[in-house]
Amino acid sequence: MNHDHVSEALHETRLVVNGVQHTVRVPARRLLADCLRHDLGLTGTHLGCEHGVCGACTVLVDGLPMRSCLLFAVTVDGAEITTTEGCRSADGGLGPVQRAFMECHGLQCGFCTPGFVTTVTAFIRDHPDPTEAEAREAIGGNLCRCTGYQNIVASVLRAAELVRAPEGETGP
Amino acid sequence: MKPPPFRYHRPSTVEEALAVLAEAGHDGKVLAGGQSLVPLLNMRLAAPGQLVDVNRLAELAYVRTGTEAVQVGALARHAEVEHDADAHRAVPLLRQALEDLAHPTIRNRGTVVGSLVHADPSGEMPAVLTLLGGVMELASVKGRRTVPAAEFFVGPLESALRPGELATAAVFPRPPARSGSAWREVARRRGDYALCGVGVLVTLDQDRRVQAARAACISVGPTPVLVDLAEAVGGRPHDAADWVAAGALVAAAVDPEDDIHATAAYRRHLAGVLTARAGHAAALQAAGSADRRGPGNPRGVPR
Amino acid sequence: MTTRMFGEPIARREDPRLVAGDGRFLDDLGAGALAAAFVRSPHAHARVVDVDAAAALDVDGLVAVYTYEDLDGRVAEPLPLLIPHPSLHAPRTAYPLANGVVRHVGEPVAMVVASDRYVAEDACDRIRVAYAPLPPVVGIDAAVRAEHAVHDDVPDNVAAHMVQEVGDARAAIAAAPQRLELHLQIERSASMPLEGKGVYARWDAADRSLRVYTSTQTSTSVRMALAAKLGVPVDRVEVVAPDVGGGFGVKIVHPWPEEVLVPWAAIRLGREVKWVEDRREHFVSSAHERGQRHTVRVGFDDDGRLLGLDVEFLHDNGAYTPYGIIVPIITSTQLLGPYKPGAYRVEFRSLYTNTVIVTPYRGAGRPQGVFAMERTMDAIAERLGRDRAEVREVNFIRPEEMPYDHGLIFQDGRPLVYDSGDYPASLAKLKKLVGWDELAAERAQARTEGRRVGIGLACYVEGTGVGPYEGAHVRVETNGKVVVATGLTTQGQGHETVFAQVAASELGVPVEDVAVVTGDTRRFKYAVGTFASRAAVMSGNAVALAARKVRAKALRIAGEALEVDPADLEVVDGIVRVRGVPDAEIPLATVAVLANPLRYAFDEEAKRATQFAVGGGTDVPPVRDGDEPGLEAAGWYSPIRSTFANGVHAAVVETDPETAEVKILRYCVVHDCGRLINPRIVEGQIHGGVAQGVGGALYERLVYDEHGQLLNASFMDFLMPYASEVPTVETDHLETPSPLNPLGIKGAGEAGVIPGAAVFAAAISDAEGLWIDRMPISPSELWELRRQTTPKGDG
Repeated sequence: MNHDHVSEALHETRLVVNGVQHTVRVPARRLLADCLRHDLGLTGTHLGCEHGVCGACTVLVDGLPMRSCLLFAVTVDGAEITTTEGCRSADGGLGPVQRAFMECHGLQCGFCTPGFVTTVTAFIRDHPDPTEAEAREAIGGNLCRCTGYQNIVASVLRAAELVRAPEGETGP
Repeated sequence: MKPPPFRYHRPSTVEEALAVLAEAGHDGKVLAGGQSLVPLLNMRLAAPGQLVDVNRLAELAYVRTGTEAVQVGALARHAEVEHDADAHRAVPLLRQALEDLAHPTIRNRGTVVGSLVHADPSGEMPAVLTLLGGVMELASVKGRRTVPAAEFFVGPLESALRPGELATAAVFPRPPARSGSAWREVARRRGDYALCGVGVLVTLDQDRRVQAARAACISVGPTPVLVDLAEAVGGRPHDAADWVAAGALVAAAVDPEDDIHATAAYRRHLAGVLTARAGHAAALQAAGSADRRGPGNPRGVPR
Repeated sequence: MTTRMFGEPIARREDPRLVAGDGRFLDDLGAGALAAAFVRSPHAHARVVDVDAAAALDVDGLVAVYTYEDLDGRVAEPLPLLIPHPSLHAPRTAYPLANGVVRHVGEPVAMVVASDRYVAEDACDRIRVAYAPLPPVVGIDAAVRAEHAVHDDVPDNVAAHMVQEVGDARAAIAAAPQRLELHLQIERSASMPLEGKGVYARWDAADRSLRVYTSTQTSTSVRMALAAKLGVPVDRVEVVAPDVGGGFGVKIVHPWPEEVLVPWAAIRLGREVKWVEDRREHFVSSAHERGQRHTVRVGFDDDGRLLGLDVEFLHDNGAYTPYGIIVPIITSTQLLGPYKPGAYRVEFRSLYTNTVIVTPYRGAGRPQGVFAMERTMDAIAERLGRDRAEVREVNFIRPEEMPYDHGLIFQDGRPLVYDSGDYPASLAKLKKLVGWDELAAERAQARTEGRRVGIGLACYVEGTGVGPYEGAHVRVETNGKVVVATGLTTQGQGHETVFAQVAASELGVPVEDVAVVTGDTRRFKYAVGTFASRAAVMSGNAVALAARKVRAKALRIAGEALEVDPADLEVVDGIVRVRGVPDAEIPLATVAVLANPLRYAFDEEAKRATQFAVGGGTDVPPVRDGDEPGLEAAGWYSPIRSTFANGVHAAVVETDPETAEVKILRYCVVHDCGRLINPRIVEGQIHGGVAQGVGGALYERLVYDEHGQLLNASFMDFLMPYASEVPTVETDHLETPSPLNPLGIKGAGEAGVIPGAAVFAAAISDAEGLWIDRMPISPSELWELRRQTTPKGDG
């Protein structure tokens, strides 16, 4: 594997992240996860494996959950990205999914949590009233080493409740 | 685990893409879904000098259900094909197999055509294309060609795609009338690569006897293994066919290998078991009953 | 009105920032730092002949390349042997960069520092290392055969040999009415936290001080190690554990090569340097655990009562022994579980292989010991045709026999004495929870339907709260907020919450007013670390003791201010008041001001305090002899010995007669860890442990080939369970308090995983009518086992 190591070309890339327009100049090989974390300073999205299995890096791309470790930033030029930071409520407090995780003890170390928050946000949007089995299936592509998933399943069901019937503000 | 550097092209039309691919030759790789390619790059197991990003080729983003076939463009994501109602009615096997392919998040980005070109011996899509007798449509600056499934999957992770070529579509023929299909797979974890997977297509005659039946298996050889089941079940009433015998045919036809997840003997055994299960279900579907495997039927519990 | 916070399942204080993406994990820090990456050995055993970095020098953004030759001072010495032991007669540790020889795939050979990680990896690719491969020793058999040696000067590959015995087990077995011999094996797995290791170092040249952030389970010990290695005075080194994405034991090892080299490079370069371990690196250069092979000989009577137990086992410790032989010592002692073994003899050899080092992973040798003991109990039951629960009950240590001295030495160097526990009650609860007595009928019914259902049961005892000590500091600030600091660390156990609950309960303040900091040597310097399920016991008690001192001081000062006897005072919701006398009160905030007799009134609180006169007048100094300014105190808890939690698990499984897939129908846990600070957090720990138990029993095995290549060094092939693989856990609790510490608590961190292999082996054995003696077991392996046992085949 040999490459003449010329300075890498930078590509101007526009991303709308959590509703905010950004323009970055990045090498083509810059992973979307690294672009979000280091070029845009949104460190909520995490890297657990860099080969698409653990799901900690999951973000929404044009509303669909995708692994940001398997996307180059340049390839999603122009897309709307939602990260866990973008799942807050409009007033900056915790969004319903985040609040549900907190209420149900759906996290311990918190490293995998961003990938669950985005995945669950999209899932509830598309399935507002899931069964427990559906909730477990929905989180079936994200690894967690701490919780044993039980409280995450509960968090999904609670999040669906909160989305259906918001209970007022929760501060950060 | 960061990818090595590469030159990046993002053509806006198919013509442009073909020109760039021709120029790049052996040094070029197509980037569509990337769900198979990018892990290899991140692990530095592959280092193509040039990546041709085809995600802007809107003309290739389609799923078309016609009277003869379902045509899937290069940019149709697994999830789009899986959820396409017309495609599902025309070729139920697509959704049946796609539900076992990785996880929904991967399916949101990965493409069916990309999966086919990747030619993983454990890939569901190559078996589906093989079972249905489908074809791949390939294009290059030299022109277009069509390659049938039987010739497309050459070896493990090796397809008949030539350097400079772009696979533009996959064509999945509609099964004949009075047909049913089923997909059964055993994987270590839900969504993992199959230890063995089998798709079965059954066609009944007017008397609801088995007119034709065949199986395509994955993870039991370098490419999908297609087996004609007529010897075991041909001419039998749909609900009295010896699917276990059909399974035995398939078990005898496959030549799997040992690896850290399963022995060759176990894979061979699974090929037989899964054929029997899939065959039974496919015959039922052919006869008009719904496929019995739905949500709530727990994995691993005998059906 | 403040609720007693101790025992309340309150939501976690750390969650709001973690769920919103505002956590500060290692790679979230150090935005401007240079990136380090490593060239690692592709060979399991080789001499390093030459390292040629010439081609890397062209890489745009490269800052430095280092090999062993560049290391100086004590950095050039081997890494420390953290826990020596007389039985560890041939300890060996690695150099931070290979010194002429590599002994496992993944061992670091060169370090690259560059502008970012992408570029650093590019440079690593271009460094040409010439190796002369040597024959690798892989697996216990090869280590024992010793045709080749991992270390030239340890020709038999034996690092340690240890025997512990009480009574004459061999004689007792020989004389027993019944005898059995079992051969058992557990394979390698690993902690595998979702966040790998990471180190970020900042050298302040003007100040000559070093700050290191590291994803560790012991910032205080890393600090000592770095000060020693780098020749920087200890008081000029600060180590901070940021938010840590899981540890499960692997992050207790220290200092990792990278923990030494990254600060070393930062000092040399005068630049901030950061290294973030990627997943492949974690597989081949952190630590593994679990691989052991046991021979158990047992003598028992016709009731199943143990008369003698003789265990010999081989432990694969990998290429080096930085953590000593803690894991096999724990296996040796915890194997006994809740039982009286009669006479007991345990002997182990810890063996070198050319593989990744073996250090504690949640459970830390207990899963292997429990597997051995519980399979033995099941075998005895089968031999005698008796109920498996009854056989266990016959052997239990009874509650009235507590404290129970086994006559052995535990991993803390102190006598193995169980302090409390009611094993019959735990088992009875479990039997009720799972419906043990009804299950036999259900299983029989299933069999008539052609279904294979099985039930397994496993008991364990877990020594927790290992010393030597932990400490905590509690301070009430002048605004009434309480700040708590303890030196050990956090990797998801909710310490910011549970220690706040303890402090709030002891002080009488709202829990929202308590902030907790862990793992930061700037805030608390003396600590041991988070491991062995010790944090709640150790720091929980230290926080309580510190808080009690603060409360006592507050009452004394408030008593003087209000001119009442401190014994008449109580603290409720942060107000000190006279019991039963409304309006006779003073906020704790004001007491805090009064505790620091300043000349100057900085703020409103200080001004308000001037209305109270304290200090006893002009013939006594404002700060009395032996007293200190401030409403604060440090507390220390140092246990006489470990405390012992216990539990019983049951699993109901169904195996597919055709595919041999295993489905978990039910999983039940009865758990006794004494008093619970936060029951929801404890339950969460159990769930997580059970998931790792499922992983270890059915999915996770690290596979080395004969060349010492790790074949499954990725999440694609090392199978950690997803939600689809993990059952819903049904839990019930018992609380037999520990008499050894003021709060009566025992540890909970590892409980969920300890009996995993045992309980699933038992359940699958029961479903299949086959003897399972090695774990993990996959469907393929179960199917092959069926074929071997039933010549007809796959049934």
